[in-house]
Amino acid sequence: MAGFAYFPHTEDDIRIMLERIGVRSLDDLYSDVPADFIYNKEYELPDALSEQEVRNFFDELGKKNTQLKVFVGQGAYDHYVPSVIPYITSRSEFLTAYTPYQCEISQGTLRYIFEWQSMVCRLTGMDVSNASMYDGPSAAAEALRMAVACTRKRNKVVVSTKLMQNVLDVVKTYLKYPDIEVVYAWDVLEELGPDVAGVIVPSICRHGVIQDLSGVADAVHAAGALLIEYCDPSALAVLKTPAEWGADIAVGDGQSLGIPLCYGGPYVGFLACKSEYMRKLPGRIVGQATDSDGKRCFVLTLQAREQHIRREKATSNICSNQSLMALWVTVYLSLMGPEGLRKVNELSCAGAHYLYDELLKTGRFEEAFPGRPFLKEFCLKPLVPVEKLQQKLLDAGFFAALELDGYVTFCVTEKRTKEEIDALVAAVKEVAL
Amino acid sequence: MKYYDKLIFELSHPGRTGYSLPSAQQYPVATIPANLLRESKLELPEVSEVDVVRHYTNLSQMNFGVDTGFYPLGSCTMKYNPKINEEIANHPGFAGLHPLQPAETVKGAQEVIDGLDASLAAITGMKHFTFLPCAGAHGELTGLMLMREYHMARGDSARVKVIVPDSAHGTNPASAAVCGLQIVEVKSGADGLVDVESLKPLLGPDVAGIMMTNPNTLGLFERQIGEIAKLVHECGGLLYYDGANMNPLLGKVRPGDMGFDIMHLNLHKTFSTPHGGGGPGSGPVGVGERVLPYLRIPKTSGFHGNFGVMLRAYAYILMLGKQNVKMAGPFATLSANYIKESLKDCYKLPIPTVCKHEFVFDGLINDGAREGKAGATTLDVAKRLLDYGFHAPTIYFPLLFHQALMIEPTETESLETLDEFIAVMKKIAAEAAEDPDILHGAPHNAPIGRPDETAAARNPILKA
Repeated sequence: MAGFAYFPHTEDDIRIMLERIGVRSLDDLYSDVPADFIYNKEYELPDALSEQEVRNFFDELGKKNTQLKVFVGQGAYDHYVPSVIPYITSRSEFLTAYTPYQCEISQGTLRYIFEWQSMVCRLTGMDVSNASMYDGPSAAAEALRMAVACTRKRNKVVVSTKLMQNVLDVVKTYLKYPDIEVVYAWDVLEELGPDVAGVIVPSICRHGVIQDLSGVADAVHAAGALLIEYCDPSALAVLKTPAEWGADIAVGDGQSLGIPLCYGGPYVGFLACKSEYMRKLPGRIVGQATDSDGKRCFVLTLQAREQHIRREKATSNICSNQSLMALWVTVYLSLMGPEGLRKVNELSCAGAHYLYDELLKTGRFEEAFPGRPFLKEFCLKPLVPVEKLQQKLLDAGFFAALELDGYVTFCVTEKRTKEEIDALVAAVKEVAL
Repeated sequence: MKYYDKLIFELSHPGRTGYSLPSAQQYPVATIPANLLRESKLELPEVSEVDVVRHYTNLSQMNFGVDTGFYPLGSCTMKYNPKINEEIANHPGFAGLHPLQPAETVKGAQEVIDGLDASLAAITGMKHFTFLPCAGAHGELTGLMLMREYHMARGDSARVKVIVPDSAHGTNPASAAVCGLQIVEVKSGADGLVDVESLKPLLGPDVAGIMMTNPNTLGLFERQIGEIAKLVHECGGLLYYDGANMNPLLGKVRPGDMGFDIMHLNLHKTFSTPHGGGGPGSGPVGVGERVLPYLRIPKTSGFHGNFGVMLRAYAYILMLGKQNVKMAGPFATLSANYIKESLKDCYKLPIPTVCKHEFVFDGLINDGAREGKAGATTLDVAKRLLDYGFHAPTIYFPLLFHQALMIEPTETESLETLDEFIAVMKKIAAEAAEDPDILHGAPHNAPIGRPDETAAARNPILKA
């Protein structure tokens, strides 16, 4: 057979190795597999390509996608990605390492996870964070499971229907199979009762309205339940934190902190809580330690919660998480600092309000939630056929006006220029009233 | 590797910035009601761009990856991560796509998903895959949800038990518990394989299915799988295949042909995508005919799964093609058996039969224990390997052996690398026999020595 770049075996190597093992052929290494199960046919796969051919193949596929200016959020935000981030995260010492089981040669990974945990705590005001979750929606589901584990003899959770659709979908999936009762409500406080373990609400609702959560935590706590807040971590540079609202657990998706859209993933979820619930956290946690010479170092800790030790009694089944994406966020937050992140919000917010006003001026929309505060995402009531509107925007190179609950939703990040916003508005004006 | 002690927060200097944003105020300032605004100061580091680059470069230099050296971590399949995969994952034709864009604007992305689906179906003998799961355990959970959907659709609601071998990865019982299933453990026999006679009495109308890893975590092929599949199907249950150990079967054996109904693959193991220090992975779940109608029901992640990881895996499969795929599993198996046969005179080999991609030693044959001096343990061997420039194998797993040392070399390592590893493992065995204290103190030249993990867990410091 011809040589292949990823297999170093020469004919001589194979012979030497087979001799050491004491078998005659590679097939003999499968003598323990019943003959019926050996696949002797040709695999229905394409012929092997050269690297250049692979490049060309994906170039062609890439051309089949339409590159659009993104004016939609709904859980995936087109924020600016500083060039330092991919430069650092592609360093192969980070990229090609496994979970840091051997801490003596994994201090790089362990240190950035410790920094990530610290930054998540500083953003949310929570005491403890884990090392990351798959994404925001699955973190929300795990937080609800956690609330049930943290409260005694309570087996019901209340989920706000103000959460974004993909969060609702994943929560519904996770809680369908275990014995947990789920109630969905627009006004969660109406559903409180002695059997409720946890309540989850968004800090910004699916329609973009910033929520006033005054009194929510008090009511939830008075009923003996835990309050979980789902938040956009980028917005926490300016908005009241989950801790300030009185939440017990904060969850969300870190994608808005420097991770490219990439058709929905990989992103990174976060889950942080007050210290009293620390031992119920799912997933990896990194802690500070001291080595045999007294040097500061970092290790995976509180592992007695985890599946490899506790098996079915573990707090969760999560093992691999989204470590490298946590590094993306950590590098992003290091670059932005408190000022940069505040500016990202100010620019996005000002751009969104400018677009909001300009769209209303076209006469093709009505306000959906007049006077309600929003940051970078908002909804309007369309007065023109939505399909025509969307097609016109697509033709002009925009992804905008996604239909949602009878409204259309828009989002503006600091990446969108005034020229782009004006061009979008101009395209809207071409839709006949 | 040199020790570097800073945290990014310790480099902070008020007023310093590392960002670059448009400064011109092009629009009027928008205001948000004061009662909704953050009250506390946001304590993020204030550092320059060069501070950030140097800090994380220094951190990276305390890390060991596959590109640094041989990484024989059992059950983790640390094969070489081809660089073309990274190029494709960052391709500008995909990086800017929003997950909710209309279908007609993401035809290329859909072709990636469809092409990968068809390739994995061909390789595994399954019908179709869902790509929502972001890791192996996430795949297990999704797969078990599918198992429940299958039974619920048939009105078979009494099936709440799932059988898990005692040699299974910890994620198996944990995933079953998260899915609301009861776990029944089936014992392994002296040969390390699931004991069919022990399995039979566990089967009944309350069994949803069995989770199997084949080859199992001892690296042994469950040769009775045909009989097991027949028995489980006869009792009305389904078979779940944990794809963590798929690598030796790549190009040789298809789980679908063995009778499995549901399976997951770890794209970050078998299909060469990098582990990233603990993710992002991808754990697509494939199903056979029986479960196919339910494949789209569980929505276990927010959008389309870890698409960037899927791009990498697809690039790898296209490089392999139908020609090279046939050699992947056999070469991985060849490497594992070569190491096993080369070291069995120094390390206890509890099960001496042919292995697949990995095998398990049960510690040193001569651990050097003597009057007043404890012998060298598996932990000591692992730490000493770090001194010689190798990553350690998986240790103390599976739980069947007290001094388990689980070695998986993969197909991407050369004979020279394997020989160097063998020589070092022999040297360590000789050191242990001569003076186990050499091992007790290891590592001697890593950035740090052994940490006090007990103290770290007793008084947790989890943030700066």
